[in-house]
Amino acid sequence: MSEETKVPEAAPQKMPWEEKPVPPTRREAREHPLVQELERAVPGAVLEAVEFAGQVSVVVELEKLLTVLSALRDFGYKFLVDLTAVDWKDRPEGRFDVVYWLHRHADSARLRVKVGVADGVEVPSVVGLWPTANWMEREVFDMFGIYFAGHPNLERILTWEGFSGHPLRKDFPIEGVDTGAAVYPDIYPPGGGPVKPKGGA
Amino acid sequence: MNELLWTYVGWPLVKILVILLALVLLAAYLSWFERKLLAYMQIRLGPNRVGPKGWLQPIADALKLFVKEDLTPTFAEKFVFLLGPVLIIVPALAVFSVIPFGPSPNLFVTDVNIGVLFVLAVSSIGVYGIILGGWASNNKFSLMGGLRSAAQMISYEVPMGFAVVTVLVMAKSLSLVRIVEAQKEAGVWFVFPGFVAFFIYFVCGVAETNRNPFDLPEAESELVAGYHTEYSGMKFAFYFLAEYANMVVVSSMATVMFLGGWLRPFPNVAALAFLDVIPPLGWFLLKVAFFLFAYIWFRGTFPRYRFDQLMRLGWKVLLPVSLANLLVVAYFVSLPGGKL
Amino acid sequence: MAELEATVLAGEEMEVSFGPQHPATHGVLRLQLKVDGEKIVDAKPIIGYLHRGTEKLFERETYPQCIPHTDRMDYTAAATNNQGFVGAVEKLMGITIPPRAAYIRMILAELQRIASHIIWLATHALDIGAVTPFFYTFEEREKILDLFEEYCGARLTLNTMRIGGVPWDLPEGWTGRCRKFVEELPKKIEDWERLLTNNRIWKARTVGVGVIDAEKAIAWGLTGPPLRGSGVQWDIRKVFPYDRYDEVEFDIPIGKNGDTYDRYLVRMEEMRQSVRIIRQCLDRLPDGPVMAWVPKVIRPPKGEVYFSVEGPKGELGYYIVSDGGVTPYRVRVRPPCFVNLQALPELVKGHLVADVVAVIGTLDIVLGEIDR
Repeated sequence: MSEETKVPEAAPQKMPWEEKPVPPTRREAREHPLVQELERAVPGAVLEAVEFAGQVSVVVELEKLLTVLSALRDFGYKFLVDLTAVDWKDRPEGRFDVVYWLHRHADSARLRVKVGVADGVEVPSVVGLWPTANWMEREVFDMFGIYFAGHPNLERILTWEGFSGHPLRKDFPIEGVDTGAAVYPDIYPPGGGPVKPKGGA
Repeated sequence: MNELLWTYVGWPLVKILVILLALVLLAAYLSWFERKLLAYMQIRLGPNRVGPKGWLQPIADALKLFVKEDLTPTFAEKFVFLLGPVLIIVPALAVFSVIPFGPSPNLFVTDVNIGVLFVLAVSSIGVYGIILGGWASNNKFSLMGGLRSAAQMISYEVPMGFAVVTVLVMAKSLSLVRIVEAQKEAGVWFVFPGFVAFFIYFVCGVAETNRNPFDLPEAESELVAGYHTEYSGMKFAFYFLAEYANMVVVSSMATVMFLGGWLRPFPNVAALAFLDVIPPLGWFLLKVAFFLFAYIWFRGTFPRYRFDQLMRLGWKVLLPVSLANLLVVAYFVSLPGGKL
Repeated sequence: MAELEATVLAGEEMEVSFGPQHPATHGVLRLQLKVDGEKIVDAKPIIGYLHRGTEKLFERETYPQCIPHTDRMDYTAAATNNQGFVGAVEKLMGITIPPRAAYIRMILAELQRIASHIIWLATHALDIGAVTPFFYTFEEREKILDLFEEYCGARLTLNTMRIGGVPWDLPEGWTGRCRKFVEELPKKIEDWERLLTNNRIWKARTVGVGVIDAEKAIAWGLTGPPLRGSGVQWDIRKVFPYDRYDEVEFDIPIGKNGDTYDRYLVRMEEMRQSVRIIRQCLDRLPDGPVMAWVPKVIRPPKGEVYFSVEGPKGELGYYIVSDGGVTPYRVRVRPPCFVNLQALPELVKGHLVADVVAVIGTLDIVLGEIDR
């Protein structure tokens, strides 16, 4: 990033911002020190390791997820930057990717851990490791319908109780659906969703 | 007979009417004054649309409040809800019957020989208006506001009482007129010998009237609007009016007890006689205005105390200091020749 | 009778619904407070009243069309939101932006940071009962908005950055007016501090309120001033410099005790540091184009990238997954306010109702971003 300023104005070659941009490429990253470190602690956990645009992501098995994450936490990844999910609608090996983005303050290393899960499969909750995962998991549950086992309070967070469907799934229409559910369940009887109406109005 | 009737019924009634009207107008214009002054402190203009420079704004506000729909929440305790504003406005206005605005008997309604006690007693009834209003609204924020207010007013009445007693010790009288005359005889306003008492009195006065930085009962950021959250229309206006009337009461009492009431500065120094150009009533109003200005000044400057801090200040700081101050003053007054 | 006494003495817990329409919740935040008298036993934030499905909308819009949507998340800091999004796409496509564009972005972002901190200070002080700072601070914010308006025509939702640079060069004389503003601002900040910093009541209300230590702050994922207030020297601008932040000098102010007062001091100092950055940017503003060469149709390669900027509220990250099409496959916004707000029950437990508003203020939340 910083070399291009030193190039003199009259130089024959073009400035980097005048050229066609060269997109980053995917690289196998099993040899990357961050992955090596993880591989040593939990052998065989890393299914796939990729480096893209300077960011390392590893894919792990669902069964080993908690072991991997707690090992990583012990390596100093004390900061869970982000927890989210991606919906690959028709992917055969599991519909969703749950993505953990970890940060280590000591050397500012960042590592992305991904785990593929099928629809309806529970993912172990990491609230015990990072309390900040609480709302993030709730949001993933709300938006994707991925259940987290062991979460203290897995409720909808952005949509309302009684909302039916999970908006960020690819098969959820962007216009929204008429779920029949309403904000006031005792006035408008809800038409679905995981939460039953309170009282019998 | 006719003369007696006039002296004891007619003339006092006229005075009461005049004072009442003047007071309501004053309270209304105080709100204009506050808005305008606060606006200038906060680099904005304040009300400037109704009448020249916004002079008619209070009238417009009053009219608006008069014609507003009078709402009573469904779950409110209707009678008590109605009683609240009455209980707060009546004492606030009744107190003025003993405040001497000037030396002439025409300038006060009556001079009771227990004037100070009357003021303290009547003005503390006002707290019922607040607590009942807050409770009757059946709103959690109102209730909390009412409770806060009750606790606050009761705790601050104690050090305030001691500050007043300090003055009584110096003046050797409970009559407000006598207190002013005592200051004339002493040749010095009581604020100088009793500056600690003065300070405590004014701080407590600010707390008593629920004004910033002690405006917890109506802290809008915490309790929405505190005890008068559910009030609207004229009922709200009564609370509003009472707050401003109480500010005038506290300021007038401070003026009478510490700033020599209607007296000019250094009333016994002949060289300053030219100051008599301003009539006694003028001096009185000037001093009251100074206090009212201070009220608004505080509001423009200070953040708000927290409830527990407020209580701590009242009980742990102001109360011991006022007690100690009373002892010291009493000691000096009891010294032979200790006149004051 | 005995029964009655027992219930009276036990002290009933009361539930108070604080918001979503409440003067101090800065938008449509709702807090379900369990109070014992005035003491907070438990607080439960309830959010989502402003949920607009921004992340879903991103999946339909083309990449440039996404930029205006970012404005509407943290609507008090549109420029930094833009910066994060365009930065993520540029990283995904490998675009290097011209230095002039980078400097203009930095100036806009830092002005925005000041504007956002001004809103924070004004509302925070207002919540604690100091009315006057609101007007003093907003006068300065007006000036920043005027600068924005002159540059891009908008005052709040700026939409002022493009993939590959910035859409326009600075207007004639803009740098001079900007410089005049930043030269005057430190004096104004001093004025505001004079009203608050050493004010006894202000200190009584903020010192020791909402304390969180460094370790907990990290565990709760706090970023931005709340984290720095706890003494963690951490700023994306330093750790992962973007644009040209590695070329300017600035300090990261940190607090010691992790309480509301320290966070207040941190933010005040941050405004000064922003002034310092803007000054350096104006001094060094290079000539040249403001847009890089970018293809007519933005079609990033297949891949995923996370890019974060130091927003005024904390780490604002964009996680973009591209399937090689013209619209992003998935955009995840890592909202700093969402994460910071989560720690609120931790911060207010055991405090009084009045402290809740102080803590909400000190977290500096914007519901547009929390609910997205």
